[in-house]
Amino acid sequence: MDWLFTFPQIDPAHLLSVKRFIDGSLKALTRSYGTAIEDFFYPLQRVLIFFEKMMTGAPWLVVIAVMAGFAWLASRRWQVAVGVIVTLAMIGLLGLWKDAMTTISLVFTATIFSIAIGIPLGIAMNRYSRVGKAMQAILDVMQTMPPFVYLIPVVMLLGIGRVPGFIAVVIYSVPPIIRLTDLGIRLVDKEVLEAADAFGCSSSQKLWKVQMPLAIPTIMAGINQTIMMALGMVVIASMIGVQGLGLNVLQAIANQYFTQGIFSGFAIVGIAIIFDRTSQAYGNRLQKHRGASHD
Amino acid sequence: MTDQQTAIEIRSLYKIFGSNPKAWVEQVRNGMSKAELAEKHSHILGLNDISISMPASKIQVIMGLSGSGKSTLIRHINRLIEPTSGAITIGGRDVLAMTEAEQREFRRSGTAMVFQRFALLPHRSVLDNVTFGLEVRGVGAAKARDAAMRWIERVGLKGFENRYPTELSGGMQQRVGLARALSNDTAILLMDEAYSALDPLIRTDMQTMLLELQKELKKTIVFITHDLDEALRLGDGIVILRDGSIIQQGSGQDILLRPADDYIRRFVQDVNRGRFIKVDSLMEPVTAAPDDSLPRFASGMALEDAVKRFSGSDSPAGLVVDDTGKPMGQVTLRRIMEAL
Ligand SMILES: Nc1ncnc2c1ncn2[C@@H]1O[C@H](COP(=O)(O)OP(=O)(O)OP(=O)(O)O)[C@@H](O)[C@H]1O
Ligand SMILES: [Mg+2]
Repeated sequence: MDWLFTFPQIDPAHLLSVKRFIDGSLKALTRSYGTAIEDFFYPLQRVLIFFEKMMTGAPWLVVIAVMAGFAWLASRRWQVAVGVIVTLAMIGLLGLWKDAMTTISLVFTATIFSIAIGIPLGIAMNRYSRVGKAMQAILDVMQTMPPFVYLIPVVMLLGIGRVPGFIAVVIYSVPPIIRLTDLGIRLVDKEVLEAADAFGCSSSQKLWKVQMPLAIPTIMAGINQTIMMALGMVVIASMIGVQGLGLNVLQAIANQYFTQGIFSGFAIVGIAIIFDRTSQAYGNRLQKHRGASHD
Repeated sequence: MTDQQTAIEIRSLYKIFGSNPKAWVEQVRNGMSKAELAEKHSHILGLNDISISMPASKIQVIMGLSGSGKSTLIRHINRLIEPTSGAITIGGRDVLAMTEAEQREFRRSGTAMVFQRFALLPHRSVLDNVTFGLEVRGVGAAKARDAAMRWIERVGLKGFENRYPTELSGGMQQRVGLARALSNDTAILLMDEAYSALDPLIRTDMQTMLLELQKELKKTIVFITHDLDEALRLGDGIVILRDGSIIQQGSGQDILLRPADDYIRRFVQDVNRGRFIKVDSLMEPVTAAPDDSLPRFASGMALEDAVKRFSGSDSPAGLVVDDTGKPMGQVTLRRIMEAL
């Protein structure tokens, strides 16, 4: 009866050699192309450093003013701007200013990259049904894969540091924007599309004059989710060398610094609320005249 | 454009929806019914042997109950729907032979369309909705704006150009839809139940406006409705569809006085005949001595008005006269009473 209780697995020796082979090839790949890969990502590294320096180096008053101004422009509501000021002030008072700025700059750049990658992919997914089906499957896998797993290949190829952390964050947070871009385009009223055809729109005119503008509220919801996921990934990415609030949390876990962990955790929540409220208010403002568009 | 260019000719048009429509055209030609095609072969017969000549610069009404194929038919004119078989020419030009680019050009500057549920762009102001067609055509912003403002004023929306569609009532939204179509300055205007979603009073206003505009614009208008009053009021010619087939086509007078079958008879029985039938339709050659005491009716007068004239005289007949006062024929009170 022994065979019933131990699964008849592939011979461990075989498995081991397969694993060794794959890992070995990956390592060989990094060994021979390591510098090429690093060179390739060098511009990205410059960009990341630039943004981080900008956020951490700027006078705190300016940072608060700019972020509050940004929030007001997006939402047109003073409550949101005041919320931003209060949250940032509290983060600063708790001594987490520099870490928070590092985290914000990472989330900000990751979001910009996700938008730049995600929207075109979402459009492609909508346009070409084959791409759409393939992408759907990939996104399903990506969204259920435990985020830690993303770290492994990234680390093997790029080692530890800012760039691999950033890439892991982007990979983890890009799916919602792809999906919601596709969804937003699909939700556009069929009659309005027919009108666009009847007036002789080319397919790119239809996309840019009708589909994309009408999809923007949905895309904004995707951007909002992307930001939230990027913030969530920040803690995990600190395991591979990303600085900022995530690293504080990681250290707190390792050393049982309860209060440090809680403070940093709340700082992340505060930043999440800032981004969430601002981007949602912007989305709602865009939606003002569109009550009847999706009925 | 000359009249010759904008007459619409539709010849033996068939449209079958389904996975392999071409395979069933022959059977439908040989008399397979819509029900049989649907039940046994799960294809839907949209249009069955449609032939219509729509003269240029006239309003052609297409009428029928829901599902009779009206929308399908009108969408063939700008080829939003591809026919399964048949021919469509517009001003002698074969619509089905157009390449994709030609077809786009044709939709931009040859036809304009107004939709039942307006189909406005909710993210654009009234002004930007009206300039949409011109923008698609590549007309410069300033020029498009001028044209749009003219049409916004014509349809009575002056002062609303910066509002958004959701801020307007249904009637006003459809005025925007009409202005958007008119600003494209096309010879053909396609209106798919453009007024069906509007309240009766607003609907009458919109009909009046269309008739007034048409006096001046002389477009070739295809107007779809399921309302006979509307059809009689607007249509120079009327086509009645059922289950994708034409049951009768002719003038409103033809349809009121000589309905082709019971289906149409049921359609026309509730109509106020006195208002729509004209004395001309009941005219006979003059037999009574053309005497000054006879009542005189201007050509085109409705029966209900003619009857009122009779009540002031004891003569059993009256003369129908043209604009110059010359008698064209006579009409007797008895025939009028029969027709009503
Ligand atoms: N894309 C399609 N696929 C399958 N069947 C269709 C399609 N479009 C229309 N039909 C069918 O063709 C027939 C005619 O439809 P159509 O929309 O032209 O009717 P209609 O006269 O405009 O009706 P309504 O007054 O409801 O607008 C109907 O039986 C409809 O179900
Ligand atoms: Mg219809």
